[in-house]
Amino acid sequence: MTESESTPHAAVRLQGITKRFPGVVANHDIDLTVVSGTVHALCGENGAGKSTLMKILYGMQKPDEGTIEVEGRQVAFHSPSDAIAVGIGMVHQHFKLADNFTVLENVILGSEPGSAFGLDLDAARRRILEISDRYGLDVDPDPVVAELGVGDRQRVEILKALYRGARILILDEPTAVLVPQEVDELFAALNELKAEGLTVVFISHKLDEVRKIADAITVIRRGTTVATVDPREVTTRQLAELMVGSELPSPQTTSSTVTDRPVLTVENLTVTDADGRALIDDVSFTIHAGEVLGIAGVEGNGQAELVDAIMGIRASTGRVLLESDDISNESTRHRREAGVAFIPEDRIRQGLLLEAPLWENRVLGHQTTEPNSKGGLIDRRHARADTQRIVADYDVRTPSIDVTASALSGGNQQKLIVGREMSGQPRLLLAAHPTRGVDVGAQAAIWDHLRHARAQGLAVLLISADLDELIGLSDSLRVILRGRLVAQADPATVTPEDLGSAMTGAGARAEGAA
Amino acid sequence: MSRFDPRRAGMALVAPAMAFVVAVALSSVVLVVAGHAPMTAFRSMFDFGVQPDNVVNIVNKASGYYLSALAVAIGFRMNLFNIGVDGQYRLAAMCAAVIGAAVALPGPLHILLIVVVAVIVGAIWAGIAGYLKVYRGVSEVISTIMLNYIGTALAAWMLTPAVFATLENNIVKTPDLPESGWFPGFATSGGEVYGFVVVSALVGVGYWFLLGRTRFGFDLRATGMSEPAAVASGVDVKKMVVASMLLSGGVAGLVGLPILLGASHSYGQDFPAGIGFTGIAIALLGRNHPIGIAFASVLWGFLDVSNQILDLEGIPKEIVTIMQGTIVLAVVVAYEVVRRWRVNSEQRRVAAQLGGPQAPAAPGPATTAGVA
Repeated sequence: MTESESTPHAAVRLQGITKRFPGVVANHDIDLTVVSGTVHALCGENGAGKSTLMKILYGMQKPDEGTIEVEGRQVAFHSPSDAIAVGIGMVHQHFKLADNFTVLENVILGSEPGSAFGLDLDAARRRILEISDRYGLDVDPDPVVAELGVGDRQRVEILKALYRGARILILDEPTAVLVPQEVDELFAALNELKAEGLTVVFISHKLDEVRKIADAITVIRRGTTVATVDPREVTTRQLAELMVGSELPSPQTTSSTVTDRPVLTVENLTVTDADGRALIDDVSFTIHAGEVLGIAGVEGNGQAELVDAIMGIRASTGRVLLESDDISNESTRHRREAGVAFIPEDRIRQGLLLEAPLWENRVLGHQTTEPNSKGGLIDRRHARADTQRIVADYDVRTPSIDVTASALSGGNQQKLIVGREMSGQPRLLLAAHPTRGVDVGAQAAIWDHLRHARAQGLAVLLISADLDELIGLSDSLRVILRGRLVAQADPATVTPEDLGSAMTGAGARAEGAA
Repeated sequence: MSRFDPRRAGMALVAPAMAFVVAVALSSVVLVVAGHAPMTAFRSMFDFGVQPDNVVNIVNKASGYYLSALAVAIGFRMNLFNIGVDGQYRLAAMCAAVIGAAVALPGPLHILLIVVVAVIVGAIWAGIAGYLKVYRGVSEVISTIMLNYIGTALAAWMLTPAVFATLENNIVKTPDLPESGWFPGFATSGGEVYGFVVVSALVGVGYWFLLGRTRFGFDLRATGMSEPAAVASGVDVKKMVVASMLLSGGVAGLVGLPILLGASHSYGQDFPAGIGFTGIAIALLGRNHPIGIAFASVLWGFLDVSNQILDLEGIPKEIVTIMQGTIVLAVVVAYEVVRRWRVNSEQRRVAAQLGGPQAPAAPGPATTAGVA
């Protein structure tokens, strides 16, 4: 265990780290020094290169250039077990626990105590309780993990890392899945760890939380470290500017184009999971022609389910009307043919056929309509021509429409999807994170396309984690929390801070608990 | 199946060629270990295989293999594993033989009836597996294997003299088809080539057209590449599962017909079994492509026929079984290697043509994006 010394020394020092993937530089010239016994936050937008950097530090990937020092000694990792051996532990955003094992079994999995022929479970239990006590983790070794809540599982993951001797803990987006009280509990635990001399690397883009917990903040932008700042000397706004750069384009819509003609009416929509728990709970709203309705919320509060239900991908109860037609019981294909366009949240999963050429991806989702097909046959000539149009209009950077979708960068994939979904004059667009992962220039272009379509009378349901985008593009805003629409806001007056607190339930309790 | 790209076509050939070379090399090792000269064995196989009567034999065998592999490939293109082609074609051939022998119709109609019966029986037998998958969540791998056993038992029961069969000269078989139900063949110097070869080829063309050119084929391939993306695009996956199992089973129903209509004219205890399993290997080797499958079928037919010479040379003909097994194993590995290499090289090529690094391709898990 390293004690804090009078002269702070580095637990981790990365110098000149560069990592290239085919056609992509994920990290370049990363410099990062994490002082021992502190909580060091790593901030950056999605796709800025945080995850790649952490994978390098945890031995999951090897850097092409640069050096890694851990507690003063230069190291080279070939696998995570090398990283574990020098005292680095990682808590992944998506927990790696076996649900049908107990906490004890999960913790010892892979480093079982005792001889080859017998497990020494008592020794393991004693150590787990000892670690739990020492760091105030409050972990019970006996319940099955499936019965635990998210916050408990996270503490099990932390304990698992400590059990393997971690002195430096990497937490990847640890608060993304937590409710506010759980966040407070997590922060209490982190302070405990810090007090015991452990070092925490905390990856997040929730700037308020980062400022609350971190002793130092390093900002990553476009694959490189741009600044390391003291949280006491910087505002959230300044941090945001560091993260996105100063050339931040404004998504402001100029004048309202909202009409009084309803395009989408959702009444009492409810979606339940296999256990009957409501994922979307009695949601009702209307979007008019020319209106953008923004849905703000911490991810995982039902946004994906809401969109899936409106698309007809997921079973739901309640009514969905497209203009005056009740489409509640119609198939996804019928809804698409009726003019519902869909930019999915997870483009790799729901939006693309990675192994298919671009022009076939243009056809996807619009198989039954012109120019893609005619009388049951795929109209290759016209589909290809229209793909060329999208590539030109939406600035999809590709040498040809015959390369597979997997060959494109994420931003270009997204531009292709946006172009495809805006084709054929849809009446309603369900857009989940339409500019996620695209570069700033393309982002501005996508916003322009959305604004233009809105002026033509398109109704848009916009889901985004980028609050500036939400506020800038939306004509009205709703906040979703645990599957319910809990608050409304006027984009003309609301600030990202207000919206942020409503999203976590802090501001919503008074307004929308009904 | 997109427009011709020499680079892509070249790479498509690399994998099966590699697999074949590996298989020949490994078989050579086995031959040497067993004390035989590999070159002699291969040469005598080749010399034997190109004799006219053997060429006819190879083509005739390949016509059944081809249909079987197409049936398997229809499933493969959608990530469905129809392991039950074997049961499907045997039951189909049995029923077709019984019904074909019981009626008398003018030539083409008689053949058409037999074909339709076989297609329907094959489709029903595979459709059971499709139904079970969609409405009961039973894996089609399990159900089609089970249905093989049930189909075999059913065919065996039907093939008892008390039911549909006759006993002639100690051979149990269904009554012979009247001659109007025989499919005319092509006479050659090496014997008669089954006329049904033409039907096999037409089914291959149909397969290419259906998958590559039609909306149904697009939906089927989309489902195979990414089910969530297909669902989001409006494909009714349940319907597609049932439809493609019916289609696969229908083609499977044809597998026994080249023999039934061209040679045996009845279904008996010696009716060939196992073509359904061979079809799996051939579909893999032929990469689910109609032309690739055609080559693979002929190769398989060649190996099956030409191994007969080996016993005469004092070499165990089981060496060919080793070779076939190695080809399948090697081809699966080779395809994956080539696929990865191709994806990487394409990404590099795209990046190079666009000049300079692009924004990171973030095939990101759904995480929250920046609150700025």
